[in-house]
Amino acid sequence: MSQQPFLLLGNPGAASLERLPLLPFEEFRELLLHAVRDRGMRVSAFFAWEARGGRRLVAALSDDTAGRVCLTSAPAPERYACLTREAAAFHWFERELHEETGIVPEGHPWLKPIRFCSGRDGEEPAVTDYFRLHGHAAHEVAVGPVHAGVIEPGHFRFQCLGEDVHTLEISLGYQHRGVERMLVGGPSKRTPFVMETIAGDSSAAYAGAYCGLLEALDEDAGVSPRDAQIRLLAWELERIANHIGDLGALAGDVAFLQTAAFCGRIRGDFLNLTAAICGNRFGRGLVTPGGVGWKVDEMLADRLLRALDTNAADLSHALELMFEAPSVLDRLENTGTVTDGQARDIGLVGVAARACGLRRDVRVTHPYGPYGALSLSPATVRTGDVFARATVRRLELTASLELARGALRQLAGDELSKAAGRAPRVCRPSTIAVSLAEAWRGEVCQVAITDGQGRFERLKVVDPSFHNWFGLALALRNGQISDFPICNKSFNLSYCGHDL
Amino acid sequence: MSDASVWVWGVSLLLALVLAPLQLGVIAKVKSFFGGRRGPSVLQWYHDLWKLLRKESVCSSTSAGLVRLAPPVGVASCLCALSLLPLGFMDSPLGFTGDIIVFLYLLGIGRLALVLGALDTGSSFEGMGASRELHFSALAEMAIVAVVVFLVMLTHDYSLGGVLNTAGTEAWRGSGTSLILIVIALLLVTLAENCRVPFDDPETHLELTMVHEAMVLDHAGPDLALIHYGAALKLWVFAAFLTTAAVPGRLFACPWTGLAVHVALVFVVSVAVGVIESAMARYRFLKVPYLLLTASAMAAMAIFLLEFGG
Repeated sequence: MSQQPFLLLGNPGAASLERLPLLPFEEFRELLLHAVRDRGMRVSAFFAWEARGGRRLVAALSDDTAGRVCLTSAPAPERYACLTREAAAFHWFERELHEETGIVPEGHPWLKPIRFCSGRDGEEPAVTDYFRLHGHAAHEVAVGPVHAGVIEPGHFRFQCLGEDVHTLEISLGYQHRGVERMLVGGPSKRTPFVMETIAGDSSAAYAGAYCGLLEALDEDAGVSPRDAQIRLLAWELERIANHIGDLGALAGDVAFLQTAAFCGRIRGDFLNLTAAICGNRFGRGLVTPGGVGWKVDEMLADRLLRALDTNAADLSHALELMFEAPSVLDRLENTGTVTDGQARDIGLVGVAARACGLRRDVRVTHPYGPYGALSLSPATVRTGDVFARATVRRLELTASLELARGALRQLAGDELSKAAGRAPRVCRPSTIAVSLAEAWRGEVCQVAITDGQGRFERLKVVDPSFHNWFGLALALRNGQISDFPICNKSFNLSYCGHDL
Repeated sequence: MSDASVWVWGVSLLLALVLAPLQLGVIAKVKSFFGGRRGPSVLQWYHDLWKLLRKESVCSSTSAGLVRLAPPVGVASCLCALSLLPLGFMDSPLGFTGDIIVFLYLLGIGRLALVLGALDTGSSFEGMGASRELHFSALAEMAIVAVVVFLVMLTHDYSLGGVLNTAGTEAWRGSGTSLILIVIALLLVTLAENCRVPFDDPETHLELTMVHEAMVLDHAGPDLALIHYGAALKLWVFAAFLTTAAVPGRLFACPWTGLAVHVALVFVVSVAVGVIESAMARYRFLKVPYLLLTASAMAAMAIFLLEFGG
């Protein structure tokens, strides 16, 4: 039987499991390498699935030019020649695969657990071998998992020559909660709440991706235009608040107090806009399958629109101060540079990728929901340094404010019909569905496989941080150890999103 | 030396001891103002010191005991340095010819104690902090020695009192330009020696970027209170040095006016530090040496102007 090597899906998309190709492993391996190295596809997910006919490896690659997600699978071997050596984007995925299933990607350069969740003896976060430099001039600095600020736990090992960092190794896993296991057997009443807390600062984006899955799994489901605009508002407000927080924190780390203080306040003002819609500042329960949990009437939209304009004026003032201070620019420029080649190789996503000049924004390449009707272009900068990542955030703030304004104007008018959408009721059995969403950090990918009763048999979640933590390690190579905090803030990755 | 002048000097010393933590409060207030915040009370540091004094000192178990030595030696060296300075524009009764060299090395002893204490804890952060402190202070020392050379050449005097008090009067007569260079160089040294922005960030919680703060991570309770108090005294020492050299204090007819002006000027320096910290970001470490070399170059230029400028 000759079959297509890939199952092509839109975003979100679903298809019967029968249509998921099952290739011989060698063919699967060559196909993935070819797609990633020669055709520029991104690895959105790569995982093992215990199918009824035996364990399979499933890969979901994103084709950014065609706007498709390409799915394929192969029977899982016990050992195989690793993909990482030929396509570095698989590095983290193969480590995860090995940790979760014991499958050995032979020749993998650094086959360590990434979450230390196996429960095997002696496998605990940070209690492990690290890459080490030997010699009189080398010294090792260990930071975390308990930090001097109120932040999530993570362990950082620097191998230094004086103030210069030779390598940084990042060891995570402290926040592992077994999210994917919790999701099996769903969708249940619990599932949306689990989704919203995978990375609490991206609640709306995660809820959006999850809703995409369910809406793809039930062909009859649909979202009303008015609800779609409220969703867009929720997603963009989330992006705005977080980008402001990041820029403020960056200013704080270089001791530029004015912007740090102002951004701290303005971030809260934007979070309060979300709170005005749904009663909490992080948009919990706002995006729900089939629509939204809270309505925005004309009066509220009008009020939000005015508040948005006031806040935006304050914001542009605070950011101007920062981006026009030579002392700030001097700190940000040429610090923590990741080249576009490195970014492409390791598969960076989101802000970090766009700061390297890569046009990677799911809203643009795989438009979903309300984004389909908009003509967006990704905000890119070429230099790949901390300044670039800050600038991308600044550009996106402007764009997102405009998007939020557009949504609010439509909600304040009465062109949008108030007809309710149709909430998804059942999930198609024996189906594979995929949904991508652009959270403020980058791509959130969810792949669901349902069993014969339409329950989740496997739900793979990939947080943008999963792709990007290694980017932070690269940014520090041959950098200054004292620049670590601003590099870290410029990525601002999620620990719990990574650890699941 | 008249009785009044000794009294003025004594009262100035007392005020320095009492008001030193207030400088930090003033700096914080200025920074809050520029940040659009209300900020902590100017007296906050007194509360903090009092709080620390009532706590228990905890000592790292890897320490050989040097770490406990750092805080008292730091404060003592600052006190000695302060007592050699002409405060309130009055010569110190403890001053002597050549005390300017003693003054410089008293400050050095305080630093030595702190650095040894930091290395003694065996923490990698404190080791990094100590290494950075020595790196930067070596360069700052070059600048301040150049400043002292200028002052000595200007006044042909070798005691702190004579040098500083005469400098203000003398220089404005003939070498104002060079004195302006010296004041800028001194201000840079003041910022560097007191770990202020753009050299260091006294408010950071990020161990990897700290200089002074990293060295005191393992201190707690009364030890930490002494370190903070010593740092406040050191800021006063530098502010007094800077303002006495820059302002012709001998011109005040009434010695008590001089005292008031002296104290006011010290707080003007605090305000200036606050403004600088609000207006700019901290430099990256690689650039800090350039800024300190600039201070040395300015002092060298001042010497050049004095000798050949006519």
